[in-house]
Amino acid sequence: MAISKEELFGLLKAGFPDGEIKIDDLAGDNNHYAAFIKSSKFNGKNKVQQHQMVYAALKGKMGNELHALALTTEEIK
Amino acid sequence: MTEIHKKIKEMINKNKVILFMKGTPEMPQCGFSMTVCNILKQLKINFFSVNVLADELVRQGIKEFSNWPTIPQLYVNGTFIGGCDIVKEMFENGDLEKTLKK
Repeated sequence: MAISKEELFGLLKAGFPDGEIKIDDLAGDNNHYAAFIKSSKFNGKNKVQQHQMVYAALKGKMGNELHALALTTEEIK
Repeated sequence: MTEIHKKIKEMINKNKVILFMKGTPEMPQCGFSMTVCNILKQLKINFFSVNVLADELVRQGIKEFSNWPTIPQLYVNGTFIGGCDIVKEMFENGDLEKTLKK
């Protein structure tokens, strides 16, 4: 149950093409990441909606292949 | 609505502040659950907690209920507030305290 940093980046980039995306592998185990995503797609959405959009971009991997992802999302103003 | 979603809705409506977590506030079984517990304790908020590890139906049901794939999940006044990242962010900018005191 793990996902490579490249695969994670690819999924996020596909979901947020205009996004500024930064990923840290927190534990070096391909299973605990922190991601920062800044995208205009978040504009006007609340935090819950923003994180739901990220989880949707991960296509069901969150909570399965991917155990932990600390998320920070930001709008592009 | 399925039986388990009804049960979850009832719990959320009955408790002003309710946290679905892994483990208990005394002995959290996951760092993210522990973080949210510590924030609520620090704000001296009484909350009802549900250990999803003790009930597989609730564990799966709560994820579908709010279209949210991870635990912990915090609800206040019947509304889904968020998971660990959002709670932490709201704690740091003061929004959490405002929401909890409504």
